[in-house]
Amino acid sequence: MSSERGHLIDPRVSEKFAFGTLWVLMILVTLPVFGIIGYMLYRGAESLSWNLLTSMDGLLPAISGTAYLVSLTALVAAPIGVGAAIYLSEYATPGPLVRLIRLAIINLAGVPSVVYGLFGLAAFVIMFGWKRCLLSGACTLALLVLPLIISASEEALRQVPQGLREGSLALGASKWQTIRRVVLPNALPGIITGLILSIARAAGETAPILFTAAFYSLSDPFPNSVFDPIIAMPYQLYVTATEQPHVDPSFTWAMAFVLVAMVLGLNIIATVIRARLRRRRW
Amino acid sequence: MNSPATSDALKPEEVQSEAMEHEENQPETDQTEGPRYEEDFMSGPVQTSSAEHEQTADHDVKIETRDLNVFYDSFHAIKSVDMEIRNQEITALIGPSGCGKSTLLRCLNRMNDEIPGARVEGEVLIDGKSIYSNETDLVSLRRRVGQVFQQPNPFPMSIYDNVAYGPRLQRRLSRDEADEIVERSLRGAALWDEVKDDLRKSALDLSGGQQQRLCIARCLAVEPEVLLMDEPCSALDPSATFRIEELMLELKERYAIVIVTHNMYQASRVSDRTGFFLLGELVEFDMTTRIFEDPQDDRTDAYIRGRFG
Repeated sequence: MSSERGHLIDPRVSEKFAFGTLWVLMILVTLPVFGIIGYMLYRGAESLSWNLLTSMDGLLPAISGTAYLVSLTALVAAPIGVGAAIYLSEYATPGPLVRLIRLAIINLAGVPSVVYGLFGLAAFVIMFGWKRCLLSGACTLALLVLPLIISASEEALRQVPQGLREGSLALGASKWQTIRRVVLPNALPGIITGLILSIARAAGETAPILFTAAFYSLSDPFPNSVFDPIIAMPYQLYVTATEQPHVDPSFTWAMAFVLVAMVLGLNIIATVIRARLRRRRW
Repeated sequence: MNSPATSDALKPEEVQSEAMEHEENQPETDQTEGPRYEEDFMSGPVQTSSAEHEQTADHDVKIETRDLNVFYDSFHAIKSVDMEIRNQEITALIGPSGCGKSTLLRCLNRMNDEIPGARVEGEVLIDGKSIYSNETDLVSLRRRVGQVFQQPNPFPMSIYDNVAYGPRLQRRLSRDEADEIVERSLRGAALWDEVKDDLRKSALDLSGGQQQRLCIARCLAVEPEVLLMDEPCSALDPSATFRIEELMLELKERYAIVIVTHNMYQASRVSDRTGFFLLGELVEFDMTTRIFEDPQDDRTDAYIRGRFG
């Protein structure tokens, strides 16, 4: 058959070869992920226990601190990000200004996180005088995730069929009524997915909170207000791994595993929501 | 796809479409089989094509365009169009793709305002008053001039909420008021009997033809004076098309209807007057019978005979 058509290689053979190569590449990509998680589990197994998550000298302060931090981050970033996305996709008339804003947002997403940390230090900690605290950290992280939230929300808004907007406008709805009653409800799952992914990103970041929010204290680990510093997972991991020589290494590994599990858990939730969304028909 | 609960709602239409399939023995099931529909009509309660009525006194002019021009940026989409649209008549706009008929339709409820770069010059008068003046209230204009789109576009909510959507934009409705509006509108769109037990079901579970009638019901709920229909049947199968056409003939007793269609048989079946557009120009505008039997312009003649477009 191959000679009839003049192929150098039988297409069935080349197909098998291509498929095999791609399969190997795919395994190479997934191997490190499972490798890392598996290794962390192996090294940290000794310290992993329910007690680790819930005790004061375990990870409870760090987990709750991170929970506070990302909640406040979402509270700050979500209204601004979603609002900006609605403006950009529904109201702004396309032109040089909008292009400039979009360019700025894309570039913001590429700024290294340590730069956000330094900016947060200069702006919130020093200029606003909030000191090193939960609020400063949350605002810094909010800046970091804002571009993510804006682009995810814009994408979700774009997915709402234009026909629905026109149908609503043609019934005498104002633009805002159309957005409120038709566009937003339909974009909401996508927007929430973007929010969760952003929170997952924020939960794992160290550099932005290094100078703005995190501290390490065994005596008074819980914040009383947003103006108190907090213990956060990534920062505690950093401190334990680098500055405390006498800590049981399995504790450090267990901690790393918990942090990765938290981030992964959030990502899985986001993926499930997105899958649900995709199944829905218009 | 169909949840069990919606199968009830589908029944009447299924019955109908089966009946029609039996009638249509030819393999060709295109929408181009006007005469047989009309025979069906004769026995029904619906008034047939306006052929007999057209010699009687003209109905009042509802909409008038004067030297209407539309530009999309530098593209001249509508060129100096003058036309009159009358109450209790169906006005069909025909012509090849891109000739401007949809653009003209969208001028009448100012949906062109939503398109960046669109610019309208000239006048559109409804009941003698310009709708492009500074005092024009877009909200009330669009309530007076309803539009049905090419793709059925029910909102992803219940049938009930779809119909109540328009009235609820204006004020809070009591239960009874909303119930009343929903029933009246669905009856008006000949959909009530099929969905009355499933009003809380998602509108997306309806068939395409039912969805389109729901969109018509949604328009009727805000009590418009004019109905604009932009190829309302192009996404529908022949039996659903038949039901929409039947409905249009019913509705024209109360509304001025403008329909854009690619289907010349549809235009000749349902409309009283027909306008033929070509490259943004209104080439010919006359009684439908005249346009199809004795067109004055060679280009109209060529189009109607299928020589281009």
